[in-house]
Amino acid sequence: MFRNIGEMVLLFVATVKALPWACRERRKIAEQLFDIGNASLFMACVLSLFIGGVLSLQSGPVLVENGIGSALGNLVAIAMCKELAPVMMSILVAGRVGSAMAAELGSMSVYQEIDALRTLAINPIRFLVLPRVIAISIAVPCLVVFSNLVGWLGGAFVAAHNDRIAVPAETFFTSLREGVDPGDVVNGLIKSFFFALCVGVICCHQGLTTQGGPRGIGRSVTKAVVNSLVLILILDYILTRLLLPFDNGFFA
Amino acid sequence: MSDSRSTGIPLKVRNLRKSYDGRVVLQSMDLDIAAGEIFVLMGPSGSGKSVFLRHLIGLEAPDAGEILVGGERVGPDIDQTRHRLAMVFQSGGLLNSLTVEENVGLYLREHRLKAPEEISRIVLEKLALVRLGPSDAAKYPSELSGGMRKRVAIARALVIEPQLILYDEPTSELDPLVSLTIGREILNLNRRIGATSVVVTHHVDLAMGIADRIAFLSEGSIVALGTPEQIRSSPVPLVHQFLNAEFKEA
Ligand SMILES: Nc1ncnc2c1ncn2[C@@H]1O[C@H](COP(=O)(O)OP(=O)(O)OP(=O)(O)O)[C@@H](O)[C@H]1O
Ligand SMILES: [Mg+2]
Repeated sequence: MFRNIGEMVLLFVATVKALPWACRERRKIAEQLFDIGNASLFMACVLSLFIGGVLSLQSGPVLVENGIGSALGNLVAIAMCKELAPVMMSILVAGRVGSAMAAELGSMSVYQEIDALRTLAINPIRFLVLPRVIAISIAVPCLVVFSNLVGWLGGAFVAAHNDRIAVPAETFFTSLREGVDPGDVVNGLIKSFFFALCVGVICCHQGLTTQGGPRGIGRSVTKAVVNSLVLILILDYILTRLLLPFDNGFFA
Repeated sequence: MSDSRSTGIPLKVRNLRKSYDGRVVLQSMDLDIAAGEIFVLMGPSGSGKSVFLRHLIGLEAPDAGEILVGGERVGPDIDQTRHRLAMVFQSGGLLNSLTVEENVGLYLREHRLKAPEEISRIVLEKLALVRLGPSDAAKYPSELSGGMRKRVAIARALVIEPQLILYDEPTSELDPLVSLTIGREILNLNRRIGATSVVVTHHVDLAMGIADRIAFLSEGSIVALGTPEQIRSSPVPLVHQFLNAEFKEA
Protein backbone atom coordinates (compact mmCIF):
# COMPACT_ATOMS: atom_id res chain seq x y z
CA MET A 1 0.00 0.00 0.00
CA PHE A 2 2.61 2.56 1.09
CA ARG A 3 5.01 1.19 -1.48
CA ASN A 4 2.34 1.72 -4.11
CA ILE A 5 1.88 5.31 -3.07
CA GLY A 6 5.63 5.85 -3.13
CA GLU A 7 5.87 4.37 -6.61
CA MET A 8 3.01 6.53 -7.80
CA VAL A 9 4.69 9.65 -6.50
CA LEU A 10 7.88 8.62 -8.31
CA LEU A 11 5.92 8.01 -11.49
CA PHE A 12 4.32 11.42 -11.14
CA VAL A 13 7.71 13.08 -10.66
CA ALA A 14 9.10 11.23 -13.66
CA THR A 15 6.12 12.35 -15.72
CA VAL A 16 6.64 15.96 -14.70
CA LYS A 17 10.30 15.62 -15.64
CA ALA A 18 9.23 14.35 -19.06
CA LEU A 19 7.05 17.42 -19.62
CA PRO A 20 9.56 19.15 -21.94
CA TRP A 21 8.84 16.32 -24.37
CA ALA A 22 5.14 17.08 -24.41
CA CYS A 23 5.43 19.11 -27.57
CA ARG A 24 7.02 16.22 -29.45
CA GLU A 25 4.32 13.89 -28.25
CA ARG A 26 1.49 16.18 -29.33
CA ARG A 27 0.19 13.77 -31.94
CA LYS A 28 -0.22 11.08 -29.32
CA ILE A 29 -1.83 13.55 -26.92
CA ALA A 30 -4.34 14.50 -29.62
CA GLU A 31 -5.09 10.84 -30.30
CA GLN A 32 -5.68 10.23 -26.60
CA LEU A 33 -7.93 13.28 -26.34
CA PHE A 34 -9.96 12.02 -29.26
CA ASP A 35 -10.29 8.60 -27.64
CA ILE A 36 -11.34 10.07 -24.30
CA GLY A 37 -13.95 12.29 -25.91
CA ASN A 38 -15.24 9.44 -27.98
CA ALA A 39 -15.54 7.16 -24.99
CA SER A 40 -17.13 9.56 -22.56
CA LEU A 41 -18.95 12.47 -24.21
CA PHE A 42 -22.29 10.73 -24.72
CA MET A 43 -22.21 9.17 -21.26
CA ALA A 44 -21.28 12.52 -19.74
CA CYS A 45 -24.29 14.10 -21.42
CA VAL A 46 -26.77 11.49 -20.15
CA LEU A 47 -25.24 11.42 -16.69
CA SER A 48 -25.27 15.21 -16.28
CA LEU A 49 -28.82 15.59 -17.54
CA PHE A 50 -30.07 13.17 -14.92
CA ILE A 51 -27.92 14.55 -12.11
CA GLY A 52 -29.23 18.05 -12.76
CA GLY A 53 -32.74 16.68 -12.94
CA VAL A 54 -32.56 14.76 -9.71
CA LEU A 55 -31.05 17.74 -7.89
CA SER A 56 -34.08 19.79 -8.86
CA LEU A 57 -36.42 16.98 -7.98
CA GLN A 58 -34.97 16.45 -4.52
CA SER A 59 -34.58 20.03 -3.40
CA GLY A 60 -37.32 21.76 -5.45
CA PRO A 61 -40.37 20.71 -3.43
CA VAL A 62 -38.70 21.60 -0.11
CA LEU A 63 -37.70 25.05 -1.33
CA VAL A 64 -41.12 25.68 -2.81
CA GLU A 65 -42.90 24.65 0.42
CA ASN A 66 -40.77 27.17 2.29
CA GLY A 67 -41.54 29.82 -0.22
CA ILE A 68 -38.03 30.16 -1.65
CA GLY A 69 -38.56 28.26 -4.90
CA SER A 70 -36.92 31.12 -6.74
CA ALA A 71 -33.54 30.13 -5.26
CA LEU A 72 -33.66 26.69 -6.85
CA GLY A 73 -31.54 27.68 -9.86
CA ASN A 74 -28.79 28.97 -7.60
CA LEU A 75 -28.76 25.81 -5.51
CA VAL A 76 -28.73 23.37 -8.41
CA ALA A 77 -26.05 25.31 -10.25
CA ILE A 78 -23.71 25.55 -7.27
CA ALA A 79 -24.12 21.88 -6.38
CA MET A 80 -23.45 20.96 -9.97
CA CYS A 81 -20.41 23.10 -10.72
CA LYS A 82 -18.63 22.89 -7.38
CA GLU A 83 -19.21 19.29 -6.50
CA LEU A 84 -21.18 16.92 -8.66
CA ALA A 85 -19.80 17.66 -12.10
CA PRO A 86 -16.11 17.41 -11.07
CA VAL A 87 -16.64 14.25 -9.03
CA MET A 88 -18.98 12.48 -11.42
CA MET A 89 -16.97 13.31 -14.51
CA SER A 90 -13.76 12.07 -12.85
CA ILE A 91 -15.51 8.87 -11.81
CA LEU A 92 -16.87 8.43 -15.32
CA VAL A 93 -13.45 8.95 -16.86
CA ALA A 94 -11.82 6.60 -14.34
CA GLY A 95 -14.29 3.89 -15.31
CA ARG A 96 -14.32 4.44 -19.07
CA VAL A 97 -10.83 5.70 -19.83
CA GLY A 98 -8.65 4.87 -16.82
CA SER A 99 -9.61 1.22 -16.94
CA ALA A 100 -8.73 1.07 -20.62
CA MET A 101 -5.36 2.71 -19.92
CA ALA A 102 -4.57 0.21 -17.18
CA ALA A 103 -5.58 -2.67 -19.45
CA GLU A 104 -3.57 -1.39 -22.40
CA LEU A 105 -0.39 -0.68 -20.44
CA GLY A 106 -0.95 -3.91 -18.48
CA SER A 107 -1.00 -6.01 -21.59
CA MET A 108 2.05 -4.16 -22.87
CA SER A 109 3.93 -5.09 -19.67
CA VAL A 110 2.82 -8.69 -19.76
CA TYR A 111 3.68 -9.16 -23.43
CA GLN A 112 7.13 -7.57 -23.03
CA GLU A 113 6.31 -4.54 -25.16
CA ILE A 114 7.56 -2.25 -22.39
CA ASP A 115 10.81 -4.22 -22.15
CA ALA A 116 11.16 -3.91 -25.90
CA LEU A 117 10.79 -0.13 -25.64
CA ARG A 118 13.55 -0.04 -23.03
CA THR A 119 15.89 -2.03 -25.27
CA LEU A 120 15.23 0.55 -27.99
CA ALA A 121 16.32 3.21 -25.47
CA ILE A 122 12.84 4.72 -25.49
CA ASN A 123 11.61 5.89 -22.11
CA PRO A 124 8.20 4.26 -21.53
CA ILE A 125 7.16 7.15 -19.30
CA ARG A 126 7.73 9.67 -22.04
CA PHE A 127 6.33 7.43 -24.73
CA LEU A 128 3.26 6.04 -22.95
CA VAL A 129 2.51 7.74 -19.63
CA LEU A 130 3.08 11.39 -20.51
CA PRO A 131 0.58 11.64 -23.40
CA ARG A 132 -2.07 9.81 -21.39
CA VAL A 133 -1.71 11.89 -18.24
CA ILE A 134 -1.68 15.16 -20.18
CA ALA A 135 -4.68 14.18 -22.27
CA ILE A 136 -6.75 13.11 -19.28
CA SER A 137 -5.88 16.30 -17.36
CA ILE A 138 -7.08 18.41 -20.27
CA ALA A 139 -10.13 16.31 -21.04
CA VAL A 140 -11.72 16.12 -17.60
CA PRO A 141 -12.00 19.89 -16.97
CA CYS A 142 -13.46 20.25 -20.48
CA LEU A 143 -15.99 17.54 -19.68
CA VAL A 144 -16.85 19.36 -16.46
CA VAL A 145 -17.70 22.56 -18.33
CA PHE A 146 -19.89 20.57 -20.66
CA SER A 147 -21.45 18.68 -17.77
CA ASN A 148 -22.28 21.95 -15.96
CA LEU A 149 -24.20 23.27 -18.93
CA VAL A 150 -26.12 20.05 -19.52
CA GLY A 151 -26.80 19.60 -15.80
CA TRP A 152 -28.21 23.11 -15.49
CA LEU A 153 -30.49 22.44 -18.44
CA GLY A 154 -31.64 19.18 -16.85
CA GLY A 155 -32.34 20.96 -13.58
CA ALA A 156 -34.29 23.74 -15.29
CA PHE A 157 -36.33 21.26 -17.28
CA VAL A 158 -37.43 19.29 -14.22
CA ALA A 159 -38.07 22.49 -12.24
CA ALA A 160 -40.40 23.76 -14.93
CA HIS A 161 -42.25 20.53 -15.68
CA ASN A 162 -42.71 18.95 -12.28
CA ASP A 163 -46.11 19.86 -10.79
CA ARG A 164 -44.86 20.14 -7.22
CA ILE A 165 -42.04 22.51 -8.18
CA ALA A 166 -43.29 24.48 -11.16
CA VAL A 167 -40.47 27.04 -11.15
CA PRO A 168 -40.39 28.56 -14.65
CA ALA A 169 -37.11 28.32 -16.54
CA GLU A 170 -36.79 32.09 -16.56
CA THR A 171 -36.84 32.31 -12.75
CA PHE A 172 -34.47 29.36 -12.58
CA PHE A 173 -31.86 30.96 -14.83
CA THR A 174 -32.22 34.41 -13.24
CA SER A 175 -31.42 32.91 -9.86
CA LEU A 176 -28.57 30.96 -11.44
CA ARG A 177 -27.07 34.06 -13.01
CA GLU A 178 -27.27 36.03 -9.80
CA GLY A 179 -26.03 33.27 -7.53
CA VAL A 180 -23.14 31.71 -9.43
CA ASP A 181 -19.76 33.43 -9.74
CA PRO A 182 -17.22 32.45 -12.37
CA GLY A 183 -15.16 31.61 -9.26
CA ASP A 184 -17.52 28.77 -8.37
CA VAL A 185 -17.02 27.22 -11.77
CA VAL A 186 -13.24 27.69 -11.58
CA ASN A 187 -13.28 26.04 -8.17
CA GLY A 188 -14.81 22.93 -9.71
CA LEU A 189 -12.39 23.00 -12.62
CA ILE A 190 -9.39 23.13 -10.30
CA LYS A 191 -10.70 20.14 -8.39
CA SER A 192 -11.39 18.18 -11.54
CA PHE A 193 -7.89 18.86 -12.86
CA PHE A 194 -6.35 17.28 -9.77
CA PHE A 195 -8.77 14.36 -9.86
CA ALA A 196 -7.83 13.73 -13.47
CA LEU A 197 -4.11 13.88 -12.70
CA CYS A 198 -4.65 11.28 -9.98
CA VAL A 199 -6.70 9.00 -12.18
CA GLY A 200 -4.08 9.20 -14.93
CA VAL A 201 -1.15 8.45 -12.66
CA ILE A 202 -2.93 5.66 -10.75
CA CYS A 203 -4.11 3.89 -13.89
CA CYS A 204 -0.77 4.18 -15.69
CA HIS A 205 1.06 2.98 -12.58
CA GLN A 206 -1.19 -0.05 -12.25
CA GLY A 207 -0.72 -0.83 -15.92
CA LEU A 208 3.06 -0.56 -15.80
CA THR A 209 3.38 -2.76 -12.70
CA THR A 210 1.14 -5.53 -14.05
CA GLN A 211 2.55 -9.01 -13.57
CA GLY A 212 1.38 -12.53 -14.18
CA GLY A 213 -0.36 -12.93 -17.50
CA PRO A 214 -3.92 -12.11 -18.57
CA ARG A 215 -5.24 -12.64 -15.06
CA GLY A 216 -2.82 -9.99 -13.85
CA ILE A 217 -4.28 -7.56 -16.37
CA GLY A 218 -7.76 -8.08 -14.96
CA ARG A 219 -6.47 -7.54 -11.45
CA SER A 220 -4.71 -4.35 -12.49
CA VAL A 221 -7.81 -2.91 -14.10
CA THR A 222 -9.95 -3.55 -11.04
CA LYS A 223 -7.34 -2.08 -8.73
CA ALA A 224 -6.84 0.95 -10.96
CA VAL A 225 -10.54 1.82 -10.96
CA VAL A 226 -11.16 1.13 -7.27
CA ASN A 227 -8.07 3.09 -6.16
CA SER A 228 -9.07 5.95 -8.45
CA LEU A 229 -12.56 6.15 -6.95
CA VAL A 230 -11.29 6.07 -3.38
CA LEU A 231 -8.68 8.71 -4.07
CA ILE A 232 -11.12 10.98 -5.92
CA LEU A 233 -13.43 11.06 -2.91
CA ILE A 234 -10.67 11.56 -0.35
CA LEU A 235 -9.05 14.24 -2.48
CA ASP A 236 -12.45 15.85 -2.95
CA TYR A 237 -12.70 16.56 0.76
CA ILE A 238 -9.14 17.80 1.02
CA LEU A 239 -9.37 20.10 -2.00
CA THR A 240 -12.75 21.46 -0.95
CA ARG A 241 -11.28 22.28 2.44
CA LEU A 242 -8.22 23.92 0.89
CA LEU A 243 -10.30 25.95 -1.57
CA LEU A 244 -12.76 27.11 1.10
CA PRO A 245 -10.92 30.36 1.97
CA PHE A 246 -11.06 31.39 -1.68
CA ASP A 247 -14.84 31.17 -1.76
CA ASN A 248 -17.05 34.23 -1.94
CA GLY A 249 -15.47 36.34 -4.50
CA PHE A 250 -11.76 35.64 -4.61
CA PHE A 251 -11.90 34.62 -8.23
CA ALA A 252 -14.80 36.87 -9.11
CA MET B 1 24.35 5.77 -36.17
CA SER B 2 26.61 7.84 -38.39
CA ASP B 3 29.45 5.35 -38.26
CA SER B 4 28.07 1.97 -39.19
CA ARG B 5 31.66 0.72 -39.34
CA SER B 6 32.16 0.56 -35.59
CA THR B 7 32.95 -2.83 -34.14
CA GLY B 8 31.42 -5.08 -31.57
CA ILE B 9 31.95 -4.74 -27.88
CA PRO B 10 33.17 -7.33 -25.38
CA LEU B 11 31.05 -8.63 -22.56
CA LYS B 12 32.15 -9.71 -19.09
CA VAL B 13 29.96 -11.46 -16.56
CA ARG B 14 31.28 -11.84 -13.02
CA ASN B 15 29.71 -13.99 -10.35
CA LEU B 16 26.17 -13.26 -11.52
CA ARG B 17 23.46 -14.51 -9.21
CA LYS B 18 19.71 -14.19 -9.33
CA SER B 19 16.83 -15.81 -7.52
CA TYR B 20 13.09 -15.18 -7.61
CA ASP B 21 11.23 -15.60 -4.35
CA GLY B 22 14.04 -17.68 -2.90
CA ARG B 23 14.24 -19.96 -5.95
CA VAL B 24 17.71 -19.76 -7.47
CA VAL B 25 17.62 -19.22 -11.23
CA LEU B 26 21.21 -18.18 -11.94
CA GLN B 27 24.00 -19.28 -9.64
CA SER B 28 27.32 -17.51 -9.86
CA MET B 29 27.82 -17.33 -13.60
CA ASP B 30 31.21 -16.23 -14.90
CA LEU B 31 31.64 -15.61 -18.58
CA ASP B 32 33.78 -13.64 -21.01
CA ILE B 33 32.57 -12.99 -24.50
CA ALA B 34 35.02 -11.37 -26.90
CA ALA B 35 34.17 -8.46 -29.17
CA GLY B 36 32.70 -9.71 -32.42
CA GLU B 37 32.16 -13.24 -31.17
CA ILE B 38 29.03 -15.27 -31.91
CA PHE B 39 28.22 -16.96 -28.65
CA VAL B 40 25.47 -19.57 -28.53
CA LEU B 41 23.70 -20.50 -25.33
CA MET B 42 21.84 -23.78 -25.14
CA GLY B 43 20.12 -25.67 -22.39
CA PRO B 44 16.88 -27.21 -21.22
CA SER B 45 13.71 -25.18 -21.01
CA GLY B 46 13.55 -23.26 -17.75
CA SER B 47 17.31 -23.34 -17.17
CA GLY B 48 17.52 -19.53 -17.04
CA LYS B 49 18.59 -18.60 -20.56
CA SER B 50 16.02 -15.84 -21.05
CA VAL B 51 16.66 -14.51 -17.56
CA PHE B 52 20.38 -14.35 -18.35
CA LEU B 53 19.77 -12.38 -21.55
CA ARG B 54 17.51 -9.95 -19.72
CA HIS B 55 20.35 -9.28 -17.30
CA LEU B 56 22.77 -8.59 -20.14
CA ILE B 57 20.65 -5.75 -21.48
CA GLY B 58 19.78 -4.31 -18.09
CA LEU B 59 16.11 -5.28 -17.90
CA GLU B 60 16.74 -7.23 -14.73
CA ALA B 61 18.94 -6.28 -11.78
CA PRO B 62 21.21 -9.04 -10.45
CA ASP B 63 21.15 -10.07 -6.78
CA ALA B 64 24.95 -10.21 -6.81
CA GLY B 65 27.78 -9.88 -9.26
CA GLU B 66 28.17 -7.59 -12.22
CA ILE B 67 27.99 -7.40 -15.95
CA LEU B 68 30.31 -5.22 -17.97
CA VAL B 69 29.44 -4.27 -21.52
CA GLY B 70 32.42 -2.66 -23.20
CA GLY B 71 33.86 -2.03 -19.75
CA GLU B 72 30.73 -0.29 -18.50
CA ARG B 73 28.56 -1.70 -15.79
CA VAL B 74 25.10 -2.68 -16.94
CA GLY B 75 22.32 -1.39 -14.76
CA PRO B 76 18.71 -0.38 -15.13
CA ASP B 77 19.82 3.03 -16.37
CA ILE B 78 22.56 1.90 -18.75
CA ASP B 79 23.38 4.54 -21.29
CA GLN B 80 22.10 2.89 -24.42
CA THR B 81 23.13 5.85 -26.50
CA ARG B 82 26.82 5.19 -25.91
CA HIS B 83 26.64 1.55 -26.96
CA ARG B 84 24.09 0.27 -29.39
CA LEU B 85 22.46 -2.78 -27.89
CA ALA B 86 19.55 -4.75 -29.26
CA MET B 87 17.49 -7.70 -28.19
CA VAL B 88 15.15 -9.97 -30.10
CA PHE B 89 12.59 -11.20 -27.58
CA GLN B 90 11.41 -14.76 -27.41
CA SER B 91 7.85 -13.56 -28.01
CA GLY B 92 8.86 -10.81 -30.44
CA GLY B 93 7.86 -7.94 -28.17
CA LEU B 94 6.33 -5.95 -31.04
CA LEU B 95 4.13 -3.01 -30.15
CA ASN B 96 0.64 -4.15 -31.06
CA SER B 97 -0.68 -0.65 -31.52
CA LEU B 98 1.82 0.13 -34.29
CA THR B 99 2.12 -1.27 -37.81
CA VAL B 100 5.04 -3.39 -38.86
CA GLU B 101 6.64 -0.42 -40.57
CA GLU B 102 6.23 1.80 -37.50
CA ASN B 103 7.59 -0.94 -35.26
CA VAL B 104 10.70 -1.44 -37.34
CA GLY B 105 11.30 2.30 -37.78
CA LEU B 106 10.54 3.13 -34.14
CA TYR B 107 14.13 3.47 -32.99
CA LEU B 108 15.16 5.78 -35.82
CA ARG B 109 12.00 7.87 -35.60
CA GLU B 110 11.95 8.32 -31.84
CA HIS B 111 15.60 9.29 -31.70
CA ARG B 112 15.30 11.43 -34.82
CA LEU B 113 18.30 9.80 -36.40
CA LYS B 114 17.16 9.94 -40.02
CA ALA B 115 14.80 11.83 -42.27
CA PRO B 116 11.37 10.21 -42.69
CA GLU B 117 11.95 9.09 -46.32
CA GLU B 118 15.30 7.64 -45.34
CA ILE B 119 13.62 5.75 -42.50
CA SER B 120 11.04 4.19 -44.83
CA ARG B 121 13.82 3.10 -47.15
CA ILE B 122 15.82 1.50 -44.32
CA VAL B 123 12.73 -0.19 -42.93
CA LEU B 124 11.88 -1.80 -46.27
CA GLU B 125 15.48 -2.85 -46.71
CA LYS B 126 15.60 -4.56 -43.31
CA LEU B 127 12.22 -6.19 -43.87
CA ALA B 128 13.51 -7.56 -47.16
CA LEU B 129 16.43 -9.12 -45.30
CA VAL B 130 13.98 -11.22 -43.31
CA ARG B 131 11.89 -11.95 -46.42
CA LEU B 132 9.01 -9.62 -45.71
CA GLY B 133 7.66 -7.45 -48.52
CA PRO B 134 6.23 -3.93 -48.65
CA SER B 135 2.70 -5.41 -48.48
CA ASP B 136 3.46 -6.71 -44.98
CA ALA B 137 4.76 -3.35 -43.82
CA ALA B 138 1.29 -1.84 -43.44
CA LYS B 139 -0.07 -4.74 -41.38
CA TYR B 140 -0.48 -4.81 -37.62
CA PRO B 141 1.33 -7.48 -35.58
CA SER B 142 -1.98 -9.19 -34.79
CA GLU B 143 -2.44 -9.85 -38.51
CA LEU B 144 0.84 -11.77 -38.78
CA SER B 145 1.76 -15.38 -38.08
CA GLY B 146 4.05 -16.15 -35.14
CA GLY B 147 7.01 -16.67 -37.42
CA MET B 148 6.40 -13.41 -39.27
CA ARG B 149 6.26 -11.53 -35.98
CA LYS B 150 9.60 -13.03 -35.04
CA ARG B 151 11.08 -11.86 -38.33
CA VAL B 152 9.74 -8.34 -37.82
CA ALA B 153 11.36 -8.34 -34.37
CA ILE B 154 14.67 -9.30 -35.94
CA ALA B 155 14.31 -6.55 -38.54
CA ARG B 156 13.62 -4.06 -35.76
CA ALA B 157 16.82 -5.10 -33.98
CA LEU B 158 18.85 -4.91 -37.21
CA VAL B 159 17.78 -1.31 -37.75
CA ILE B 160 19.79 -0.31 -34.68
CA GLU B 161 22.95 -1.67 -36.36
CA PRO B 162 23.84 -2.93 -32.90
CA GLN B 163 27.29 -3.53 -31.47
CA LEU B 164 25.84 -6.18 -29.19
CA ILE B 165 22.78 -8.11 -30.18
CA LEU B 166 20.95 -10.70 -28.10
CA TYR B 167 18.66 -13.20 -29.79
CA ASP B 168 16.22 -15.18 -27.64
CA GLU B 169 15.32 -18.20 -29.75
CA PRO B 170 15.30 -16.35 -33.08
CA THR B 171 14.34 -19.42 -35.08
CA SER B 172 11.66 -20.99 -32.94
CA GLU B 173 8.38 -20.87 -34.88
CA LEU B 174 10.25 -20.49 -38.17
CA ASP B 175 10.31 -23.06 -40.97
CA PRO B 176 13.71 -24.57 -41.81
CA LEU B 177 14.28 -22.37 -44.86
CA VAL B 178 13.64 -19.08 -43.10
CA SER B 179 15.70 -20.37 -40.17
CA LEU B 180 18.57 -20.73 -42.60
CA THR B 181 18.26 -17.13 -43.76
CA ILE B 182 18.07 -15.93 -40.19
CA GLY B 183 21.20 -17.89 -39.37
CA ARG B 184 22.88 -16.37 -42.40
CA GLU B 185 21.74 -12.90 -41.36
CA ILE B 186 23.18 -13.37 -37.87
CA LEU B 187 26.48 -14.24 -39.52
CA ASN B 188 26.18 -11.34 -41.97
CA LEU B 189 25.53 -8.76 -39.31
CA ASN B 190 28.47 -10.13 -37.42
CA ARG B 191 30.74 -9.88 -40.48
CA ARG B 192 29.45 -6.50 -41.62
CA ILE B 193 29.70 -4.51 -38.42
CA GLY B 194 31.43 -7.03 -36.21
CA ALA B 195 28.49 -7.16 -33.82
CA THR B 196 28.97 -9.32 -30.77
CA SER B 197 26.06 -11.76 -30.79
CA VAL B 198 24.60 -13.89 -28.04
CA VAL B 199 22.15 -16.41 -29.43
CA VAL B 200 19.86 -18.60 -27.35
CA THR B 201 18.58 -21.48 -29.42
CA HIS B 202 17.34 -25.07 -29.25
CA HIS B 203 18.27 -25.56 -32.89
CA VAL B 204 21.40 -27.72 -32.82
CA ASP B 205 22.31 -27.37 -36.51
CA LEU B 206 22.02 -23.61 -36.35
CA ALA B 207 24.17 -23.49 -33.22
CA MET B 208 26.87 -25.66 -34.74
CA GLY B 209 26.77 -23.64 -37.95
CA ILE B 210 27.13 -20.12 -36.60
CA ALA B 211 28.77 -20.39 -33.20
CA ASP B 212 32.31 -19.40 -32.35
CA ARG B 213 31.67 -20.88 -28.94
CA ILE B 214 28.75 -22.69 -27.33
CA ALA B 215 27.80 -22.79 -23.67
CA PHE B 216 25.40 -25.21 -22.05
CA LEU B 217 23.30 -23.91 -19.23
CA SER B 218 21.63 -26.20 -16.75
CA GLU B 219 19.82 -25.10 -13.62
CA GLY B 220 21.47 -21.72 -13.70
CA SER B 221 25.08 -22.67 -14.17
CA ILE B 222 27.27 -23.38 -17.15
CA VAL B 223 27.98 -27.10 -17.42
CA ALA B 224 29.89 -27.07 -20.72
CA LEU B 225 31.69 -24.39 -22.69
CA GLY B 226 33.73 -24.58 -25.85
CA THR B 227 33.94 -24.44 -29.63
CA PRO B 228 31.38 -26.49 -31.57
CA GLU B 229 33.96 -29.29 -31.98
CA GLN B 230 34.73 -29.37 -28.27
CA ILE B 231 31.02 -29.38 -27.46
CA ARG B 232 30.39 -32.23 -29.91
CA SER B 233 32.86 -34.40 -28.01
CA SER B 234 31.85 -33.17 -24.58
CA PRO B 235 31.68 -35.84 -21.88
CA VAL B 236 28.79 -34.10 -20.07
CA PRO B 237 25.74 -36.43 -20.30
CA LEU B 238 23.22 -33.59 -20.75
CA VAL B 239 25.12 -32.21 -23.73
CA HIS B 240 25.36 -35.65 -25.27
CA GLN B 241 21.62 -36.19 -24.85
CA PHE B 242 20.85 -32.76 -26.25
CA LEU B 243 22.92 -33.22 -29.38
CA ASN B 244 21.72 -36.72 -30.06
CA ALA B 245 18.06 -36.33 -29.19
CA GLU B 246 16.10 -38.20 -31.83
CA PHE B 247 12.50 -39.31 -31.77
CA LYS B 248 12.12 -43.06 -31.36
CA GLU B 249 8.91 -44.79 -30.43
CA ALA B 250 9.43 -46.60 -27.16
N1 LIG C 1 9.94 -12.63 -13.30
C1 LIG C 1 10.09 -13.87 -12.83
N2 LIG C 1 9.59 -14.18 -11.60
C2 LIG C 1 9.73 -15.42 -11.09
N3 LIG C 1 10.34 -16.42 -11.72
C3 LIG C 1 10.87 -16.19 -12.94
C4 LIG C 1 10.76 -14.91 -13.55
N4 LIG C 1 11.36 -14.96 -14.75
C5 LIG C 1 11.81 -16.24 -14.88
N5 LIG C 1 11.53 -16.98 -13.79
C6 LIG C 1 11.90 -18.39 -13.59
O1 LIG C 1 13.22 -18.56 -13.99
C7 LIG C 1 13.40 -19.82 -14.59
C8 LIG C 1 14.17 -19.66 -15.88
O2 LIG C 1 13.34 -19.02 -16.83
P1 LIG C 1 13.82 -18.67 -18.30
O3 LIG C 1 12.72 -17.94 -18.94
O4 LIG C 1 15.14 -18.02 -18.24
O5 LIG C 1 13.98 -20.11 -18.96
P2 LIG C 1 14.57 -20.43 -20.39
O6 LIG C 1 15.86 -21.12 -20.17
O7 LIG C 1 14.59 -19.22 -21.22
O8 LIG C 1 13.52 -21.48 -20.94
P3 LIG C 1 12.90 -21.61 -22.41
O9 LIG C 1 13.87 -22.39 -23.20
O10 LIG C 1 11.64 -22.37 -22.19
O11 LIG C 1 12.65 -20.23 -22.92
C9 LIG C 1 12.03 -20.42 -14.79
O12 LIG C 1 11.88 -21.50 -13.92
C10 LIG C 1 11.08 -19.33 -14.44
O13 LIG C 1 10.01 -19.85 -13.71
MG1 LIG D 1 13.46 -18.47 -22.78
